[in-house]
Amino acid sequence: MTHGILMHEPDDDVGVAVADLAAGAAVGAITLEGKPVGTVTLADAVPLGHKVAMRDITCGSDVIEYGRVIGVATKDAARGSHVHTHCLATKRWKS
Amino acid sequence: MISAKDLQFTGYRRPDGRVGVRNHVLIIPVDDLSNAAAEAVAHNIKGTMALPHPYGRLQFGADLDLTFRTLAGQGRNPNCAAAVVIGIEPKWTDRIVQEIAKTGKPVAGFSIERSGDLKTIEAASRQAKMFVHDASEIRREPFPVSQLTMSCKCGESDTTSGLAANPTVGRAFERLAAAGATLIFGETTEVTGAEDLVMELCETPEIARQFKAAFDDYQALVESQGVSLVGSQPTEGNIRGGLTTIEEKALGNIQKAGRCRVVDFLEPAHEPRKPGLSFMDSSSAAAEMVTLCAAAGSVVHFFPTGQGNVIGNPVIPVIKLSANPLTVATMSEHIDVDLSAMLRIEMNLDQAADAALQLLERTINGRMTCAEVLRHNEFVLTKLYRSA
Repeated sequence: MTHGILMHEPDDDVGVAVADLAAGAAVGAITLEGKPVGTVTLADAVPLGHKVAMRDITCGSDVIEYGRVIGVATKDAARGSHVHTHCLATKRWKS
Repeated sequence: MISAKDLQFTGYRRPDGRVGVRNHVLIIPVDDLSNAAAEAVAHNIKGTMALPHPYGRLQFGADLDLTFRTLAGQGRNPNCAAAVVIGIEPKWTDRIVQEIAKTGKPVAGFSIERSGDLKTIEAASRQAKMFVHDASEIRREPFPVSQLTMSCKCGESDTTSGLAANPTVGRAFERLAAAGATLIFGETTEVTGAEDLVMELCETPEIARQFKAAFDDYQALVESQGVSLVGSQPTEGNIRGGLTTIEEKALGNIQKAGRCRVVDFLEPAHEPRKPGLSFMDSSSAAAEMVTLCAAAGSVVHFFPTGQGNVIGNPVIPVIKLSANPLTVATMSEHIDVDLSAMLRIEMNLDQAADAALQLLERTINGRMTCAEVLRHNEFVLTKLYRSA
């Protein structure tokens, strides 16, 4: 497998790890159509199915996946870091 | 690429013209009190199946109507050859019997008061025995895809669902819809964050309005409780699998609709009125949703999963699809269609849809699904509010 990250849209803020990825690894990202979207060096270990920041995400900004807003960043997330509940929250419902 | 029109289906034609893919004789309890008798009959008579459940007493209004519709719907379902209905008293029992009888299929009701369980069990067992003899002589016959009614709902989703398993169902549904099949999807709260995309799929503004009204109604119900769905939607299983927000889950969920147009809006457990994809107002809880689909006349169900929901249904075969390699490896006995090659880009969406349609064809023609073999018979009524 030449890639470790799948992306719904090439311009999404986040991609999805398709295997358990180790911190420090340089991992290729690819779209579902097989189009390469570059390589990212992981800041964190990211488990299979979890998201990786594909660019620096600033606290308070919308986070884009599927070319759509999936929530708001509640912390900064640097390119290559793990993006999940610790730094991303729904915009629809109050917790 | 497989065209849905080329699929060779065989099934059991019922008196109302609809076609089932299984040939059950169902023993349907009207209420919780009648579960014991229904299960005793099912134990006595080979080829029958009881549908025990915890409700049916002191319900009222829309909640009672939904219970009646759901129970009668199991008997009306084309996968049911004949039904025995058992209730504590005769009147509500007869209401369900009459609804099933409208399909023209054999049905008989028994009530327990003034007989007791044992005499009821004997009489109902004798009737069930006759129904089984007759059902066992019904032969499968070929039927076209335009006479297929089926449903989909995903569960224990994760990011692989939105990447692969759900779009696979969407692509398969596009082909089935083009061939004239009748299709059901739903999960009203779980499209939160993608509800505008569902509205865009609706064929007319009126269908979009009906969908949005049901969507808003449920959001208002949650708000009226002074709470939110954070902590329930996404589920802890979804979060473990990498899904973070309801918006992300919703965008994955609606991939199951593919590019199908939504041709109708249905209240829960209402039978579709036309071919194509209908949105049914429904819970996103797996067993509740699949039970509602069975009540609406779906005869087979696509169930894409990420983390590995193990659900089945007693009346309709549930076909599990997963692209999560960990789930496929650790829960292989539950997964009918392994789509993990999609994540490796070794299987494209059309190839995945081919695999799903091939398994659908085999399932319709009699192959038992993982959920059927593992006796996953989750039958769960949707309760709208407290009983009186």
